[in-house]
Amino acid sequence: MLNHIIDTISVWAIPFLVAFIPLYGWLRGVKIYDVFVEGAEEGFRMAVRMIPFLVGILVALNIFQSSGALDAVIGFLAKPLAYLGVPGEVVPLMLVRPLSGGAALGITTGLLQHAGPDSFIGKLASTLQGSTDTTFYVITLYFGSIAVRRTRYALAVALIGDLAGFIAAVALSHWMYH
Amino acid sequence: MVNVVWLVLIVGGIIVSGLHHTMLPVTEAIVTGTEKAVEVAFGFIGIMTLWLGMARIAEESGLMRAFSRLLAPLVSRLFPGISADHPAMGNMLMNMAANILGMGSAATPFGLKAMEELQSLNDVKDRASNNMITFLAINTASLSLVPATVIALRVAAGSKNPTVIVGPVIIATGFSMIVAIIADRLFRRFSRDEPPSASD
Repeated sequence: MLNHIIDTISVWAIPFLVAFIPLYGWLRGVKIYDVFVEGAEEGFRMAVRMIPFLVGILVALNIFQSSGALDAVIGFLAKPLAYLGVPGEVVPLMLVRPLSGGAALGITTGLLQHAGPDSFIGKLASTLQGSTDTTFYVITLYFGSIAVRRTRYALAVALIGDLAGFIAAVALSHWMYH
Repeated sequence: MVNVVWLVLIVGGIIVSGLHHTMLPVTEAIVTGTEKAVEVAFGFIGIMTLWLGMARIAEESGLMRAFSRLLAPLVSRLFPGISADHPAMGNMLMNMAANILGMGSAATPFGLKAMEELQSLNDVKDRASNNMITFLAINTASLSLVPATVIALRVAAGSKNPTVIVGPVIIATGFSMIVAIIADRLFRRFSRDEPPSASD
């Protein structure tokens, strides 16, 4: 039942909105196509505005990864995290997730293929991937796009939220998937 | 703090590469990082263009305002000083709705527009307002009812039960959002920042 509802929403959300918004506008007498084009013009500028933030993060992440520093941190954290019920395979995902959505997606895809999507590791990785966001990237992009330099405690708050999400995902996975 | 994390990633990585003699792959990785970044941004152009066009129709037709009036009571306590009719509220709610429904590509344009609108209410332009931080705390906790991307990945990997993770994801993201909101409140009260501006 739940599966059915979720499937329906995830399949229908985008097509529904893409049809409903113009229909509603047309019924309200809006010149929908002209207005659409007018708003859409901003798309290129907004996408281009993301480039500096993406370059900054992906270069830093690539340096950290390719130098072996990420592996060193993973090796350092693997043992204490194993005591807390986090399998070593999943540690890279936890570290990369706040930085880059693309890199995290790559790791999750790899884990699903190697460990299997219905294995404990596969389900834990899926849960982690679904429960957290690319926090560091989002914060730098959102503040950077409006030229806010002093971000105060924003990153601290967001990372505390992420940590809570990680802990909840690991605890729930042990409770529900074993 | 953002600056420190960035510096640690870069300098830490370079030092380790010096110790491990992995300078050459690191140099390559720097270049591929820049290429990847441009690729990702350009990949977004189409979908962003689509949603910004849709957003403009939703604004002009009054749909966004109706949606905002309907849902603003749920979040108005979190964002003092922003009325349901202000476009900041409409865009924040659209961003949250898009995230909750797993439409990540639609969430970003609404989120960036919301930040622009919040900036128009901000007195000190280079400093984050309280409402901006609260919005980002909720945004990055990414409350999700339909983790569409992960479900798609699981289907692609041949899962027998791709949606088994949905319940835990809803609970985990809900928990992370509640913790982030509480942390935000505590920081707001106890941070030794400049006094909050009037529009906060």
